[in-house]
Amino acid sequence: MWTAQLPALVIAGPPAAAPVAARRPGASWSWAFAALASAASFAIAMLLALAATEVTAISYAVGSWPPPFGIELRITGFSALLMLIITGASTIALVGGKASLDSDIAPARRHYFYAAWLLAVGGLVGIVASGDAFNIFVFMEVSSLATYILIAAGGNPRALPAVFKYLVMGTIGATFYLIGIGLIYLMTGTLNLVDMETRIHDVTDLKPIYAAVGFVTLGLVLKAGVFPLHVWLPNAYAWSPHVVTAFIAACSTKVSLYVLLRFDFMVFQGSLGGHDLQFAGFLMPLAVLGILVASAVAMTEGHLKRMLAYSSIAQIGYIVLGASLMSVSGLTAGIVHMFNHALAKGTMFLAIAFIATRLTALRLDDIAGIGRRMPWTLGAFLVAAMSLIGLPGTAGFISKWYLVLAALQSGAVGALLVAVVLVSSLMAVYYIWRVVEAAWSSTPGAEAAGAREVPLPMLAVLWTAALASIWFGLQPGLPLALSRSAATYLLGQLQ
Amino acid sequence: MTGPTLIQLALALPLAGAAFIALARSRPNLREAVSLATATALCIAVWSLLPEVMAGARPSYELMTLLPGLAIRFTVEPLGAMFAALASLLWIVNTIYSIGYMRGNREQHQTRFYIFFAVSIAATMGIALAGNLLTLFIFYEMLTLSTYPLVAHKGDPQARRGARTYLFILLGTSIGLLLPAMVWTYAVAGTLEFTPGGVLEGNIGDGLAAVLLLLYVLGIGKAAVMPVHRWLPAAMVAPTPVSALLHAVAVVKAGVFTVTKVVIYIFGLDFLAHVPAEKLLVYLAGFTVLAASLVALRQTDLKRLLAYSTVSQLSYVVLAALVLAPLSEIGAAIHIVAHAFGKITLFFAAGAIYVASRKTDVRQFAGIGRRMPWTMIAFTIGAISMIGVPPTAGFVSKWYIIAGAFQADNYFVLAVLAVSTGLNAAYFLPIVFRAFFQDEDQAPPREHGEAPWPMVAALTITAALTLLFFVFNGPVVELEYGILRGRP
Repeated sequence: MWTAQLPALVIAGPPAAAPVAARRPGASWSWAFAALASAASFAIAMLLALAATEVTAISYAVGSWPPPFGIELRITGFSALLMLIITGASTIALVGGKASLDSDIAPARRHYFYAAWLLAVGGLVGIVASGDAFNIFVFMEVSSLATYILIAAGGNPRALPAVFKYLVMGTIGATFYLIGIGLIYLMTGTLNLVDMETRIHDVTDLKPIYAAVGFVTLGLVLKAGVFPLHVWLPNAYAWSPHVVTAFIAACSTKVSLYVLLRFDFMVFQGSLGGHDLQFAGFLMPLAVLGILVASAVAMTEGHLKRMLAYSSIAQIGYIVLGASLMSVSGLTAGIVHMFNHALAKGTMFLAIAFIATRLTALRLDDIAGIGRRMPWTLGAFLVAAMSLIGLPGTAGFISKWYLVLAALQSGAVGALLVAVVLVSSLMAVYYIWRVVEAAWSSTPGAEAAGAREVPLPMLAVLWTAALASIWFGLQPGLPLALSRSAATYLLGQLQ
Repeated sequence: MTGPTLIQLALALPLAGAAFIALARSRPNLREAVSLATATALCIAVWSLLPEVMAGARPSYELMTLLPGLAIRFTVEPLGAMFAALASLLWIVNTIYSIGYMRGNREQHQTRFYIFFAVSIAATMGIALAGNLLTLFIFYEMLTLSTYPLVAHKGDPQARRGARTYLFILLGTSIGLLLPAMVWTYAVAGTLEFTPGGVLEGNIGDGLAAVLLLLYVLGIGKAAVMPVHRWLPAAMVAPTPVSALLHAVAVVKAGVFTVTKVVIYIFGLDFLAHVPAEKLLVYLAGFTVLAASLVALRQTDLKRLLAYSTVSQLSYVVLAALVLAPLSEIGAAIHIVAHAFGKITLFFAAGAIYVASRKTDVRQFAGIGRRMPWTMIAFTIGAISMIGVPPTAGFVSKWYIIAGAFQADNYFVLAVLAVSTGLNAAYFLPIVFRAFFQDEDQAPPREHGEAPWPMVAALTITAALTLLFFVFNGPVVELEYGILRGRP
């Protein structure tokens, strides 16, 4: 059956398409090809997601070498969900963002840019599809290097220091991860994750494993932008080309969180006594601090993209908080929030990319009155923002509901966590409403006064994304099923 | 037509109306005609539901399943049927009035105004017909958001500030207190369905139930129990038809309606009766009744005075609901209607005075009753209803609340009602006196008579309703006895 080859197709497709996209400089051709490849990956990801709801895991032996000897691709509900996020965000951003990309990327570089984009997609998909620790590292490097290129590809000189900071910190993170798996390989002699899980039981001297836990967790926390290791994130988001922001804000940190959860819940948990409590005790305070501090910064931030970047750091806190509750409902909340937040934040950044085709500056003062000039763009922004706040009827409400429910079920500390979640929702209301009031201000700025609404096809893409936040708020079946299966899969090792 | 179809209509009509209003934006006459037609159609649909409900049926319609065990479901029961019937009836009158006001005042952005007005009504229908707390919550938030552009209508800094306070207090309380209360209820009871007799008994300890009740009463910020009442005076920057919408038709009514629903169908009267801190909330509501009246005494701006009067009157409903006697629950339900008729009349009158004479300060009202006799007579009827004197609607509800207080031997409530009656008289009667029996201090800058005729017609209708309800309250009372049925 050809469907059995889908896991191989989804990771090989985008990188294979990359050199083709790089062949023809200048024209829109490379854009069209990249968008097409991305859409094809999205379609495959959807097929895989549907298949993944039926079984625990789809295992694919590369070159028919059976695991643990050969390279294994392993598609679980969790990885299928992440794949949907990655390929979906990439497709929406590429299709909707052509005008913005054309103005941001110099024509001479465009074909290389789209090749890098496809490599980034391929790398990210590879991370979540791979069942092998070293392959994850390789894909991590592929995606990171490609992402650095994407961020620096625009004309903005401020992107260069931002990307350099990201590069240094990202490399430290990746190195830590590599040291960690090196230590595990030393003690177990395997790189296959499933195999690692069973063999780690036989390790008698646990000290290197403890060190490995530290390195892997810290390295991934750094790459995921968990507070207080988030310092690379705001500028990287703020100064990259606007459509790139929409893409990476939707998926790149979440992929690192995926690897983090995979290691901490599955590889380490089964063997190390009390690791779950250490993990929760380490991450929960970070999550709470991240939620509160980053939301507070977002409330005072005057630049639209930096504000949303800080909001992203707070939302990463939600995901980590859900995971650190160590319960099925908590993990479900965290994982489904990956999906819901990607949808909302991707839409918001895409709307900003549209605004940026009309305005040169994106501070709150600069966008004064833009809501009256571009009501449909801002309307979509607002719909996604409501999901970010977690108003009922939107996808964000579903994750908030599960998060509050899980926190309430987790005993005495739960009430406090509920308070944190709700207070930060109110902080989100505050920083979103600063945008609304500025956008619908009756005294428009000089540039905003002459701005025109973007063309209909762009709006159609944007509104598809915005309405998806409503759709998955009313019909949360698929993401919830995948998240729940991911949560039980991850926690299965605990029972 | 059957129950479920009518429920669908009640929800869909206002939304469809909003869409048609948007399409007709360049032709004001057509746009207003669409508004009126939608309001009338909605009213017919909702009122057609009533006979079924009075006969004891509970028509139900499930839109979709949101989460396992949590559906978006609508169920028509007596309290909701009454609220929906009230709101749909007053929407017609309010539309007539709005046409006069918006044109008479030459307001900007009239299309936006009518669109969001219709969306607010759709949200109100959702609240009234909601079959469980989750559904109610969804529409509760929709109402907050759809009324925000109405409050901020003028767009000047003052309107923005008022609207911001409005939004932040309502969203803050609902997300910060009501949402956790709801999730908590779901966590312990496993359901959020409105069930006669409540769902919490046996699922939660008395002490925690008290905390939960506090979360609900303060979290339902639209009920404006002190200290979460500040949004109501802040929202006075809105155009007068919006104030009428907020005070009489939709927003505050949605608040006290939700409190009553939670008390009757989530907690259950019998369970609440032995929750220890329940008394504290009675005192809080009683305090709000009196404190708000005292603040109203010192106001000179008519709309602010009316706003504080509303804060006070809303707590009548909360107070009555928390007395927990069967008759007081009926009193609470009826006071929603009685206050709506009276207060909408008062706001219509305030708006008419503003449009005709540009006066907002009650100290300038000397002699205005002779220039605007219809308006001021209607105002007087509304005021008498607020005080609670026959032959007006306010007397009927007060009668039931007092009867309930006697049933429960709750003398605190009786004392609050007595003092509040005096205070209401103290701030309404001087206005009436000044309007009719004092001479004008100076001639107004321009001669004026009554406001445009649609406004006068609207306020005459609502004043007549206030009087008629005194006599013809039988069906409503009979309907509301239904909320006591089905208790275990």
